Amino acid sequence: MIEPGSKAPAFTLPNHRGEQVSLADFRGRKVMLVFYPADFSPVCSDQLSIYQEVLGLIEEAGVQLIGISVDSSWTHNAFRKHLGIDIPLLADFHPKGAVSRSYGAYIDAAGTGNRSLVLVDEQGIVRWVHESPSVLEIPGANLIFDALQAVA
Amino acid sequence: MSELTSAAVPAAGPQDHVRGDGEELIVYVDLACPHCAAAWESIVSLPDRIVFRHFPVASKHPRSPALHAAAEAAGAQGGFFGFVDSLFADHGHVDDPHLWRRAERLGMDIGRFDAERRSEAVAARVRRDFESGIRAGVARTPAPFRQGRQVPIDEVVSLPSGQG
Repeated sequence: MIEPGSKAPAFTLPNHRGEQVSLADFRGRKVMLVFYPADFSPVCSDQLSIYQEVLGLIEEAGVQLIGISVDSSWTHNAFRKHLGIDIPLLADFHPKGAVSRSYGAYIDAAGTGNRSLVLVDEQGIVRWVHESPSVLEIPGANLIFDALQAVA
Repeated sequence: MSELTSAAVPAAGPQDHVRGDGEELIVYVDLACPHCAAAWESIVSLPDRIVFRHFPVASKHPRSPALHAAAEAAGAQGGFFGFVDSLFADHGHVDDPHLWRRAERLGMDIGRFDAERRSEAVAARVRRDFESGIRAGVARTPAPFRQGRQVPIDEVVSLPSGQG
């Protein structure tokens, strides 16, 4: 995984509506990147649902939460509707997993992203990283608030 | 609800809904969650002291907050677990008329039940449990804790087909 203190690798990826979104668009705000393996998988569904429940508070804290997986924009769109979530999802679809790789968040053997959180500060510097010990383990929403407190 | 940093799961207190005797098992439950419904009978059959905690995940189960509020209102008339058992035994009927009928069957004052389930006090009570669950790292339901530690549900009861 990328280390805290590193410059966050720049990226531009299509979101769930097919619009191009760049990390640079959020300069001046904190961004929490949520790398996860796959849309519609049970564990990823639970993870994003639980973050949705506290999304208002995360945004109140001045943080933009963004999900990233190797699924396509179309799949992201369907997944968001299925879960009833407002979290923007970016498609690291082509070239597959390139952005995830640049953050050290790609699992070659699985062909998907890992399950990790990366907090990027207002200046585009990685300030905090959490990688789940196993992809089946969901980082609780409490960890997001811990991270924000730690870097405040 | 501005501070949801990590915190230990709160010990059982006088305001908790508690059932049974034995080793303490705190369980965070979403009343609209099918996994919770599938596990409930096994959970309450354990030789344990079950401490119920509300954990409605509204995005996933839009009806969940209403069910938790209704259970809490039923609790005010002494029927908390009767109401929860009734919901989990028949998970397909959860609209308002079904909730009134359940409360009626449990011998409740329906006017009071209906007023209290919409009250801010009830919403705050449910939210308090939910927040404590978030702070303890709950991300799926049912989420059991023994001696302050979260344990996988399949170590507590066997589920029909895993937790999904």
